[in-house]
Amino acid sequence: MAELTYLEAISDGLRTEMRRDESVFCLGEDIGAFGGAFKVTAGFAEEFGPERVLDTPLAENAIVGAATGAAIEGMRPVCEMQFADFIACGFDQLVNVAAKLHYRQGQSVPLVVRLPSGGGFSGGPFHSQNPEAWFLQAPGLKVVAPATAADAKGLLASAIRDPNPVCFLEHKGLYRHVRDEVPEGEYTVPLGKARVAREGGELTVIAYGSAVPLALAAAEALEEDIEVLDLRSLCPLDTEAILASARKTGKVLIAHEATRACGVGAEVAALIGAEAFEDLDGPIRRLTAADVPIPFSPPLEQEVLPQLDDMKEACRELLAY
Amino acid sequence: MTLSDASAVMGAAVPLDPALLTRADRAELLRFMTMMRVAEERALSLYKQGKVPGSFYDGRGQEAISVGAAFALSPRDRLCILHRDLGAHFVRGVTPDRYLANYMGRADGVTGGKDGNLHFGDRARGCVGMVSMLPDMALVANGMALAMKMRGEPRVALTFFGEGSTANGQWHEAMNFAGIQRLPVVFVLENNRFAYSTPNELEFAADPVERAEGYGLPGVEVDGNDVEAVFAAVHAAVERARAGGGPTLVECQTMRMHGHGAHDDMGYVPPELLAEWEARDPIQSYAARLLEEFGFAAEEVERIDAEVRAYVGECAERALASPLPEPSAALEGVFADRWEPLGDGAAPWSGWAEPGDRPAAAPSVPPPPGPTIERRAA
Repeated sequence: MAELTYLEAISDGLRTEMRRDESVFCLGEDIGAFGGAFKVTAGFAEEFGPERVLDTPLAENAIVGAATGAAIEGMRPVCEMQFADFIACGFDQLVNVAAKLHYRQGQSVPLVVRLPSGGGFSGGPFHSQNPEAWFLQAPGLKVVAPATAADAKGLLASAIRDPNPVCFLEHKGLYRHVRDEVPEGEYTVPLGKARVAREGGELTVIAYGSAVPLALAAAEALEEDIEVLDLRSLCPLDTEAILASARKTGKVLIAHEATRACGVGAEVAALIGAEAFEDLDGPIRRLTAADVPIPFSPPLEQEVLPQLDDMKEACRELLAY
Repeated sequence: MTLSDASAVMGAAVPLDPALLTRADRAELLRFMTMMRVAEERALSLYKQGKVPGSFYDGRGQEAISVGAAFALSPRDRLCILHRDLGAHFVRGVTPDRYLANYMGRADGVTGGKDGNLHFGDRARGCVGMVSMLPDMALVANGMALAMKMRGEPRVALTFFGEGSTANGQWHEAMNFAGIQRLPVVFVLENNRFAYSTPNELEFAADPVERAEGYGLPGVEVDGNDVEAVFAAVHAAVERARAGGGPTLVECQTMRMHGHGAHDDMGYVPPELLAEWEARDPIQSYAARLLEEFGFAAEEVERIDAEVRAYVGECAERALASPLPEPSAALEGVFADRWEPLGDGAAPWSGWAEPGDRPAAAPSVPPPPGPTIERRAA
């Protein structure tokens, strides 16, 4: 075990997979000599050479399209979007080509798109988004969103080894603020398995990504019997773990940094409403970003994104219900 | 569009070494073009009989392009084939029964009913199926070529697109990336004069082939109605790519002789333009050339036509006998549980035959090796 930041763990996971399997390679903008906008691939070009740490022009469809073709031919490409927001420019290749190839003609497309996502640092409307719900409406894509350094490493390895296109959401706010024990060497965390991050009996907070540390902080601050379920994978979704926790506590708050309408929270709430209705002791609530673009100025951004006080308040309300 | 624009295309830009094609190769080129024409005519009649759900698209008048281009490929080369390129599927070994079954949404179609018309790629034949967004497959072909280049394999990826695709931003991304990486990829551009109803002059201000140089790759213009000219240009491009020389854009000048789809009456096309290209029909003109230049007897050419017609007729019967898919199949196959490589395609050109294995005479019409409905059922 080594204590690593979330960012270091992603780097470590990627490096480990590239050492393990020669078919794994990275492609993206400024990832080679520069090491990537967030330095995830710093030192990679020296170790693996420029062909396996391929600097591309600013052309997201070309990146995802090249990854799709290379994956069909047996490579394991890992695309870096410089910011998750820019997947909009490569969306067509992802949702129309890569996502549908197996359904249409039985063609596996083992690629990963790394998506530095999330706000909280005045990135403004084009460097702060949490686009996971976009992908969840495109059958054929798997979607993961780790909250810890260990999961970041383990889920990335599993995503690379998976025979399907996987969207890997890495929250920029966690990059250097989350640090935990990470197994050394090869390490995988299975896709589709949620994790109980904190055991509790009175209320379940179902969260993923940046909302997980927020929920844990609120639970500690409130000193209440709160369970925190970290989804880790959004597709496949661990419906069993969700329903088990909802049935156990009878009260559910679903929290994510992404906007509210038709988001993961809506899907999880509908699942619980349909399958665990009789076990509920209160309304299913959501804590999410407001349905607005992410604004630039700090007081505006804080107004839009869920804050610790919002989380505490939402928990208190449900506990008192 | 003026008539002189359309008729300005003269011959092959790449001279063909006549020794590259044997007499049997020439018979094969005619046979595959005829098979495309006859199979599409049959599919259109099935459409008119109400047996094809959705809509119908063909590549009438463009047969020389997909046949001539695919004929230059080795078994291990890879293809993304588009909706006017049925001949390329046939060259690689897809049989007409599976094409017709795919159009009718039957269980034995290449996609088993998951996708329609020519939205298919036979994995067993080294082909990745197209999507409707164009020219998306050019970027995927780049990726296949990138993998080949990274592994140092002497292989090539080839894709087709129409001139309409060159207006889309992804075309720029594809050309630019291929040029930067010097990928072993061949782009076959079919300028059939119209993107649906939009004529060339509303599609671009500079002809796409002239733009190739700006991406650092050669652009070659050929008569797309001359199958040997297409073969010669694509063969040169393929060999160049195979040798590490990078990508080529081959623009094939042709004419879409039917509407965008069967629902399109082409009222926007001047009748003189159609008449001019009708006189340059790729199949008629090649048949005439085989008689005049290559010493084929009229009976030989007629026999190819008759055998293809009989064969496609049998294929249509098999396709019609194929069941509709089980409804529950709609819910299967969203995710893969393992990666498997594409298979290799048929490569009927004698250049790929082992020495001494060169076909001496035109082969009879029976299907090329590979899965057919009959064999699948057996």
